[in-house]
Amino acid sequence: MAAAPRRPAPAADWDSRAYWEGAARGELVLQRCRACGSVQHRPRALCGACLSSEIEHFAASGRGAVHTFTVTHQNQAPGFREACPYVLAYVDLEEGPRLLANLVDCEPADVRIGMPVRVAFAPTEGEFPAPVFRPA
Amino acid sequence: MPGRLSGTAAIAGVFEHPTRWAPDKTELGLVAECARGALADCGLAPRDVDGLATAGISMGPMGVVQVAEYLNLKPRWLDGTNIGGSSFVAHVSHAAAAIAAGLCEVALVVYGSTAASNAFAIGTGGTTGRDPAAAFVGPYGMTTVGSYALVARRHMERYGTTSRQLAEIAVAMRRHASLNPEAKMRRPITVDDVLESRMISEPLHLLDCCIISDGGGALVVTSAERARDLRRPPVLVLGCGEAVAHQELGAPDLLTIAAKQSGAQALAMAGVSHGDVDVCALYDSFTITVLATLENLGFCKPGEGGAFVEGGRIGLGGALPVNPDGGGLSSNHPGMRGIFLVIEATRQLRGACGARQVPGAQVALVHGTGGTLGVLHSGATLVLGRA
Repeated sequence: MAAAPRRPAPAADWDSRAYWEGAARGELVLQRCRACGSVQHRPRALCGACLSSEIEHFAASGRGAVHTFTVTHQNQAPGFREACPYVLAYVDLEEGPRLLANLVDCEPADVRIGMPVRVAFAPTEGEFPAPVFRPA
Repeated sequence: MPGRLSGTAAIAGVFEHPTRWAPDKTELGLVAECARGALADCGLAPRDVDGLATAGISMGPMGVVQVAEYLNLKPRWLDGTNIGGSSFVAHVSHAAAAIAAGLCEVALVVYGSTAASNAFAIGTGGTTGRDPAAAFVGPYGMTTVGSYALVARRHMERYGTTSRQLAEIAVAMRRHASLNPEAKMRRPITVDDVLESRMISEPLHLLDCCIISDGGGALVVTSAERARDLRRPPVLVLGCGEAVAHQELGAPDLLTIAAKQSGAQALAMAGVSHGDVDVCALYDSFTITVLATLENLGFCKPGEGGAFVEGGRIGLGGALPVNPDGGGLSSNHPGMRGIFLVIEATRQLRGACGARQVPGAQVALVHGTGGTLGVLHSGATLVLGRA
């Protein structure tokens, strides 16, 4: 049984603070533009579609489906070396954006593209947890 | 009709350092030896150099200035563009534009690295979570191999591409390397060898991944006119293009890579069609990189890359030989490989590659990919031709 990864602390800045503070509350926070309605990830100071600064944050449903994945068998970075094999995936969120994250609480051999998943939050070495996904 | 810049600049001198393991050399020392080699190749002296371009994995943001000091050069045109392993392909197009504009006349493009002897974990080293952009990657243990593996898995799911098809690419590169005395890995391999090699990040095995070497290379770019008077047959820059592919607003098509945009521009500028291309030098960080690049450059349709690389089509003697030197998969990959793509394409067009020569090669297409294919990358394309 592989060890749980020791996840480096994510560094929050003015663009991403709402995202990471949301994670600490157990919410997956995305940005929506009040001017044009575009939803975006990763967080920015303005809308990547229309450049408006009228950005609001909202809690996503946390539901999505696996877009693609890889089972990592070798990573020399401390904290992940002992966690191999683990699953890295892109998850298509219901709201549109795609998130890079790990799939947890499932056997790597059972992962399929299209598999429905739901967000969970895994501890990191810092104050904020990191969104991950588990089978829905 | 060819673009305004087409054919105005030429690659006059090239040099690939023969070393693949240089624990007794520094990065700048390798850079300098390569610069000397490329100048000797075309018969120019340091005093002729008035333009300098470089990028590196361990030199700082002012690397090009440090290289100028080390070589005791006083260039009047500088390019420190670093867009990953494709940087040097882009430097050539920047140099061509600078030469056409009169900003310099002889541009030296250089690279050197001791990636192997310094034990850089390039492919499987993970990312840190310290800077805010990396915060979205660092907590998840994404490796460079992993980012390419995400693209490979998606391609397999969408189009039925197989690991055997990807392995054919590694087998072709190794066969080419067996003909290159300077290649690092020369023992021929089979598809089964690739499939039986250790899994690194599914579906990519060890032999789907490029090697890590020490090494370096250099190019001398000058005007087509001046190149005609130099020692070697000039190789003209017929077309060029650059592009990026990234996460957009959050959900890009992972199978549409930067090569699609940069390749279309380069071919149009050159006034060259796919059928005119005799040889390709494509960044082969991983087998999937070659497959995705061939599709996005338009040599086959999206999804047809797996079938395209079967049956020896991209091997010497095939319809579209790719990387006759053995590529990064088998010959040389000191962290950033773009410069070697331009060097091998130039050598092929000079017609002096011996056992690995593509007979009568007139037009070469070079494409470099820099960064991580499934997350954030750059692409730079050149179309080169015999004068």
